[in-house]
Amino acid sequence: MSDKVIYVMYDDDGVLKDGAKKLVSSGVKISDTFSPFPIHGIDPIIGIKNTRLGIMAFLYGLIGLTLATIGMRFFMIDDWPMNIGGKPSFTYLENILSFVPISFEFTVMCAAHGMAITYLLRNKTLPGMPAQNPDPRTTDDKFVMEIRTSENSMDEKELDQLIKDTGFIEIDKKII
Amino acid sequence: MQKEAAIREPLILGHKSYHDITEDVCRPIEDKAPKMWYILFGIALVVGLYGIGCILYLLGTGVGVWGLNKTIGWAWDITNFVWWVGIGHAGTLISAVLLLFRQKWRMAINRSAEAMTIFAVFMAGLFPLIHMGRLWVGYWVMPIPNQFGSLWVNFNSPLLWDVFAISTYLSVSVVFWYIGLIPDFATIRDRARKPISKKMYSILAFGWSGRAKHWNRFELVSLVLAGLATPLVFSVHSIVSFDFATSVIPGWHTTIFPPYFVAGAVFSGFAMVQTLLLIMRKAMNLEAYIHTKHVEYMNIVIMVTGSIVGTAYITELFISWYSGVEYEAYAFINRATGPYWWAYAAMMTCNVVSPQLMWFRKLRRSLLFTFFISIVVNIGMWFERYVIIMTSLHRDYLPSSWSMHYPSPIDIGVYIGTIGLFFVFFLLFARFFPVLALNEIKSILKGSGQSYKESPDYYKNH
Repeated sequence: MSDKVIYVMYDDDGVLKDGAKKLVSSGVKISDTFSPFPIHGIDPIIGIKNTRLGIMAFLYGLIGLTLATIGMRFFMIDDWPMNIGGKPSFTYLENILSFVPISFEFTVMCAAHGMAITYLLRNKTLPGMPAQNPDPRTTDDKFVMEIRTSENSMDEKELDQLIKDTGFIEIDKKII
Repeated sequence: MQKEAAIREPLILGHKSYHDITEDVCRPIEDKAPKMWYILFGIALVVGLYGIGCILYLLGTGVGVWGLNKTIGWAWDITNFVWWVGIGHAGTLISAVLLLFRQKWRMAINRSAEAMTIFAVFMAGLFPLIHMGRLWVGYWVMPIPNQFGSLWVNFNSPLLWDVFAISTYLSVSVVFWYIGLIPDFATIRDRARKPISKKMYSILAFGWSGRAKHWNRFELVSLVLAGLATPLVFSVHSIVSFDFATSVIPGWHTTIFPPYFVAGAVFSGFAMVQTLLLIMRKAMNLEAYIHTKHVEYMNIVIMVTGSIVGTAYITELFISWYSGVEYEAYAFINRATGPYWWAYAAMMTCNVVSPQLMWFRKLRRSLLFTFFISIVVNIGMWFERYVIIMTSLHRDYLPSSWSMHYPSPIDIGVYIGTIGLFFVFFLLFARFFPVLALNEIKSILKGSGQSYKESPDYYKNH
């Protein structure tokens, strides 16, 4: 069975949100929305789970902290302990105060970069990728809702009937 | 949509629609550059090239061309370094700290303030690199396995902490800035008509979609990056101050340095933001987005941080006497009344007296006055670093080696050159990048725009 995608365009985020609520309550599955800025509160309506990138950032931070600790212990204590300005360099713990700034900086560096790279990969947004939005106006002032016939039990006519009352401005269908 | 009390001044003036915002921000990028842009760019480029010439001469000849001597082994170069790093503090403070505090007025200024930060940190980074003398072995500051017999960098040294702090700060700021830029590049990409600009902006926009899930991630990433960048803002200048505070030179060896440097950095950073934005809003017709209220908020920050700096100066003076250490006491008496008294006086006037004028509502809402004060503050903050560094060094423990520092033409050339280069970068940014965070501005239109403020029901039927 061929899959048909219905793009419903709105000129206001509030109207789209109200429309989405109405459609979802009558059993329509909305696969996605495209908007020029985040529409707050749309995620629970169309059933999008919160991202777990925050947890990833924490893990990357831990990795950074571990690497910094292992590295500095090796450089300053194991491999070549030097007497610099009389600061003790016999054990890591005795010298730990000197290592606080870099441990912190390296933790932040790994957390920030790790999370940013993961974010770009998960979004599939990398330099030179083709634009993923269905209509160029969705980065300006238009808001688009994406509904797939394959994800809905009702047929196209029924969907059209339901969409009609949501105050859209344009509708576009594509067979993929 | 978060609604705001109607008595608060609107953050977006005029009855703008989403499309108007796109138009207002993208037009300067899409239109031909005005003649004034070419003139300013030309001047900045010439000054910047002169600076590069001075740097090349300096590298070819050696650090001897600086005005240093046996007593003053660290002067002009480090002053400029600290000055530029300080200026580079406002951008991330605006975009990170103010994001955590949910200050919506940051949205109009964060993009350009962050660009300014990044360029300022570039300029700052140049100085230690030049100071190494052999620029091409600059990577030796990293702990890289090598064949000099396990020769590692010294992790006990604040100078190395500085390397890590500055590079982390710079790279995290760039990432934070760019992640915010991606959706706005997508807006320009989708509007672009000419094939070359379309191609360029599609590469820059990374194929951004605007999907609900992507926005969900975007908001979380911005928040977490803000949370990570906030301690960075405070740590970077604390670590810069450790360069001095961990030494045993009277006048440097004080525990007050970290907070005092951080406040000073934010103070000078905001002043530079004011200088740039007051010109930019006029030149690019952005008066509806960056207006008196924004300027007033920034002036309040300048006033608060200026007062912290003033308090620190006075505390320092008091403690130098109270400590009972005669070297410490002399360092400060010499600072205020010695041969560099004029620099000390300039610093006190510019940094302690001038921000106090911001208590007057009329003055802090006056754009012309703000512009004037912002320049005064930046001059004052340069003198602060000059005073701290110079007066503590030029009369050391041995009176026979007391001396004075006179900058050489190369010293001055490198400094002026970095100002030129900074403006080259900033002008290129203003020409080709969206100078306002489009997507963020649009998201506050319904809660903080003038239409909503005048009739709260304005968007009910839309």
